[in-house]
Amino acid sequence: MTLQTIKFYQTGTFTVGNRLLDESQRTVQANMRRTNSLNSGHRACQGCGEALGARYAIDAAMRASNNQVIAANATGCLEVFSTPYPETSWQIPWMHSVFGNAASVATGIAAALKVKQKKGIRVIAQGGDGGTTDIGFACLSGMFERNDDVLYICYDNEAYMNTGVQRSSATPAGARTATTPAAGPHPGNPFGTGKNLPLIAMAHHIPYVATASVANLHDLEAKVEKAMGIHGARYIHIHVPCPLGWGSHPSDTVKIARLAVESGLFPLFEAEHGEITSSSAIRRKAPVEAYLKLQRRFAHLFGERPDLETIAQIQEIADRNIARFSLEGR
Amino acid sequence: MKKPFAITLDPGSSLANHTGTWRTERPVYVDRLPPCNHACPAGENIQNWLYHAESGEYKKAWESLMENNPFPAIMGRVCYHPCESSCNRGELDEAVGIHAVERFLGDLALREGWNPEIKAKASGRRVLVVGSGPSGLSCAYHLRLMGHQVVVMESEKDSGGMMRYGIPKYRLPRDVLDAEIARIEKMGVEIRLGEKIEDVMAVMEGFDAAFLAVGAHIARRAYIPAGDAAKILDAISLLHDMEEGNPPFLGKKVAVYGGGNTAIDAARTAKRLGAEESLIVYRRTKEKMPAHASELNEAIEEGIRFKWLATVKEMGDEGIVVEKMILDETGFPRPTGAFENIEADCLILALGQESELSLLKSIPDLETEKGQVKVDVSMMTSRPGIFAGGDMVPAEKTVTTAVGHGKKAARNIDAWLKGEVFAKGALHEIASFDKLNTWYYSDASKTVQNELGIVRRQSSFDEVVKGLSEENALFEARRCLSCGNCFECDNCYGVCPDNAVIKLGPGLKFQFNYDFCKGCGLCASECPCGAIRMIPESI
Amino acid sequence: MLQQLEGSKAIALGIALCRPEVVCAYPITPQTHIVEAIAEMVKKGELEQCEFINVESEFAALSVAIGASAAGARSYTATASQGLLYMAEAVYNAAGLGLPIVMTIGNRAIGAPINIWNDHSDSMAMRDAGWIQLYAETNQEALDLHIQAFRLAEALSCPTMVCVDGFILTHAYEQVEIPESRQVDAFLPPFDPVQVLDCADPISIGAMVGPEAFMEVKYLQHHKQQSALELIPQIAAEFSEAFGRNSGGLLKSYRTDDAQTIVVALGSVNGTIKDAVDEMREAGHSIGSISITSFRPFPLQAVRTALEKAKRFVVLEKSLSVGLGGPLSDGVRKAMSGTGLKGYTVIAGLGGRAITKRSLMALFMQAEKDELELLNFLDLDHDVVNRQLAREKETRRSGPVAENVLRSIGTVASRIA
Repeated sequence: MTLQTIKFYQTGTFTVGNRLLDESQRTVQANMRRTNSLNSGHRACQGCGEALGARYAIDAAMRASNNQVIAANATGCLEVFSTPYPETSWQIPWMHSVFGNAASVATGIAAALKVKQKKGIRVIAQGGDGGTTDIGFACLSGMFERNDDVLYICYDNEAYMNTGVQRSSATPAGARTATTPAAGPHPGNPFGTGKNLPLIAMAHHIPYVATASVANLHDLEAKVEKAMGIHGARYIHIHVPCPLGWGSHPSDTVKIARLAVESGLFPLFEAEHGEITSSSAIRRKAPVEAYLKLQRRFAHLFGERPDLETIAQIQEIADRNIARFSLEGR
Repeated sequence: MKKPFAITLDPGSSLANHTGTWRTERPVYVDRLPPCNHACPAGENIQNWLYHAESGEYKKAWESLMENNPFPAIMGRVCYHPCESSCNRGELDEAVGIHAVERFLGDLALREGWNPEIKAKASGRRVLVVGSGPSGLSCAYHLRLMGHQVVVMESEKDSGGMMRYGIPKYRLPRDVLDAEIARIEKMGVEIRLGEKIEDVMAVMEGFDAAFLAVGAHIARRAYIPAGDAAKILDAISLLHDMEEGNPPFLGKKVAVYGGGNTAIDAARTAKRLGAEESLIVYRRTKEKMPAHASELNEAIEEGIRFKWLATVKEMGDEGIVVEKMILDETGFPRPTGAFENIEADCLILALGQESELSLLKSIPDLETEKGQVKVDVSMMTSRPGIFAGGDMVPAEKTVTTAVGHGKKAARNIDAWLKGEVFAKGALHEIASFDKLNTWYYSDASKTVQNELGIVRRQSSFDEVVKGLSEENALFEARRCLSCGNCFECDNCYGVCPDNAVIKLGPGLKFQFNYDFCKGCGLCASECPCGAIRMIPESI
Repeated sequence: MLQQLEGSKAIALGIALCRPEVVCAYPITPQTHIVEAIAEMVKKGELEQCEFINVESEFAALSVAIGASAAGARSYTATASQGLLYMAEAVYNAAGLGLPIVMTIGNRAIGAPINIWNDHSDSMAMRDAGWIQLYAETNQEALDLHIQAFRLAEALSCPTMVCVDGFILTHAYEQVEIPESRQVDAFLPPFDPVQVLDCADPISIGAMVGPEAFMEVKYLQHHKQQSALELIPQIAAEFSEAFGRNSGGLLKSYRTDDAQTIVVALGSVNGTIKDAVDEMREAGHSIGSISITSFRPFPLQAVRTALEKAKRFVVLEKSLSVGLGGPLSDGVRKAMSGTGLKGYTVIAGLGGRAITKRSLMALFMQAEKDELELLNFLDLDHDVVNRQLAREKETRRSGPVAENVLRSIGTVASRIA
């Protein structure tokens, strides 16, 4: 598609739609006839970032594939809130098997479609961070390594929310969870070495890896569309705030996701065949405090005697990301 | 398909689950009052006409503008745009150049020959308007739109009042002025020139009501001892004579006494008449000067000089004597007793104007205050059926305020003629900056209007500030944040995790589906322009 | 065509004849040769329209099969022992979702101690997962059961395990009749799933079901297996007609007609049992045996009919339900409840311990005299056990059991005599 040359200063490139833009250039979400792949009536909490991210991603995938998408879903919030008997919110062929096998189930679906020569139908696997970075990690790595024709989407809300907010390997340092309580001399999640799944995915040299955020819909949709245009194993890691687990106001979900990006804590980038090909520059740089303060899971860092040392450590993580992914100065 | 029981489900069946019952707060769409609209003395719906302009629908934009102001081309040039001072975009980067877009629309309308359409039926009522300045013509225009017959009596040889006799050509070219007045005449408003009204009550026969807008054309004088050869004149007369084609001889060195816009107009006019030196003497500081910053800046660029903190004590043959002033703690200037001689061939006084109220002499109990006519909230004087506005009533003395008075008076006259009381709708909550989510607006600074080369404008009366090209006007219109009013960016529709926002289609905006809205408030917090409010549910 | 083949190869040829569309493989002894053989056929193009996927674990293997089956492909995998337990969660899931996957179990013991030899501990651990479990007695039957298993599984939308004794069958070379491709095609129609992931008719498979319907879903699984009790003999009969040999069915009785003592067992050990029965019959003993093919669903009525004229039964089983006895016995005893028939459980052959005809005959003769305990362990070395028990009594830190036992019997390998 050719880009419209006129600039839209009022609405910029950040809003969902723009009445002045050609229909074809608006986001999928702006379309009156969008699929609503994840339909109303689901039982996600108020302001759920995962529900939002899932609809964003799957609707975009639907548009990119002319509505030919089958999804495999790991156990987790997304699965539970979308398909409690007797109602499902999914409008697409969808299946849930168990917690750790979404990638493998998707591989199986893709294999079936291949053998049945249904070339136009595309397969997506999706799960939360627990189902992806922890229990589903082996299946995911296997899917990557074989370069199966599956797009895996991880909705990262940084803990096991469905079971009551326990720590996962995606839980950030310092965060309070039910299993890393804000107690003792080092409250919250200890500073480990981190487990950066997008980088691990890249180490498999798969055709496409990207990070995305519910705070940047245009970017998210572009990445899904790009991923859908490629065959082989692809991975998109979407940052989705969880008001329940993070202790944030439901209306702040997008704002918090935005601050994660703008602070450098959640860098947005793309990689192809193991090499980073692009990253999104920070637009209005924010200190990590701006992000942390909106979330009660970090409340122990503030208060009367702020834990400046821990905050500085978190800022260091952000600064490293900024340097590593070239998020500034362009 | 014979589906397995319970574990396999039909698509989208969750629509049966009405999650709206979870809600403790509900979002509602609101139209908040944009600060620009709130600040506009003419009551323009600026956000609305910018909305049309940014779509390239200039005629619609102009029509929206014309609902409140019959002079877009004039206003875009001479209004001091308080809208821009209050524009929320100013806190983001720079205020939207509203006046420039207004002028673009006004000029476009004149080029295209657009005319307003009178939709109202003829009322059979006649209204007299005294004075063809901005206030009088505005009132006449609105009354005409409402179907009334209007006759405007003007004492001068030409119409326009202060727009013609007070604003120099380089700020308001006369073809523009003439064209916008002609358009009002074309609507059927009769303007009788050279009709000086001595007694308004004497001409009321045949009229059901009157609107008085005689302006303030009498220069306020100050006693300044002067020698025989000293040449002292007032700014109002200077500007009037300029318009009549009788420019006075001012000499090489001109001093102007005063700090308002008229002082600046006089100083800049002097420069154009050939003065080598044009000096403004003002008793307070630059910061305290009542003249508008844009005028001041243009004057400085043209080489006008300033003598701050000085009062003119006397004028001799060689020039003027000024006393240096000092500001006391309240900011009031106090004399210091220190004097200074400044060479000047001529002194122009620009110390304010007063109204000629003799036409009201036959209304004995008419209430006045400090030489101005008192009016009530409906712009009516103490005499029923006689309304007044513009510079002759207590208010800010600007063209835009006058235009606003005209509109307000027209609406009240219309109501009064029907035996009703005009009720203005309740003021909406102001869409202040904190109501916006400015993340969604991309960065863009104001388009700078072209200005005439300095040298050329010093010596000519050509228009100093040029208009915007269409491209630039569009650009500028699109900088509008649409404060408090939905501009269909689809954010609410997009960010709802529950698909509880229904998009109704282009121009039709959105609707909440309260069956599914859980009341999370994401729509409200991600609405760029603050057009959604969360209100508690009654449980 | 009759061929002299390794069991695994025969099974692989049988699977290939069933035209599987997705085959997932993860190596685990002793099923490895099956998927190796299939891999070769796919690579060489002998098995067309089949995706062969090497996965990273048994859990993934069955998960891939689950996805493939839900997308409408005939799906197959094979595993054994630890591998079956590693995929346990998916085993239950496939049954719950009603996906007609066929999986070969090369039966093998479960550690610790780690042991790669045959017994039935693995498939027994999954007996309640909701899969149909068929046990093969010979390699011919193993091959035949796979063909029947696809037919059965797809007819019922119920996954089916074909349990084949590790090494004893999988690695044994025997003469096997390999059916013609057209015969199998005539017997086994293409897979027509009851539900499929289809963009033209989207459904959600795998909903969360709460207390309001979970019982019903589980009951329906049970009901499905109950209907298999009728379908299994029907399919076996059709198979017999089409292929000219008897394979499968619920159970097979051997010389039980007038037998006072009847031995009940699963799988290949029935061969040895039959030899023992033959020899004892020649010596005048009133003995017969039953080989149970369908362990899940368990053919209560058929077992009762087969045993009701006998005086006693002996259940010989290759798995120990630790702390109770044997799972097969539970079924048989339930079948015979209320009859007053004497029944003995004999745990035998754990971890590959050889079950010899001599031991069996001695055992059966004891049974005839009703000298057996309710629960017996065939060829258990009581001396070794007692020495270890004594050591444990003596000192709390008595050392690792497995190593002590090996040391006690003076060998580094298991005793096979």
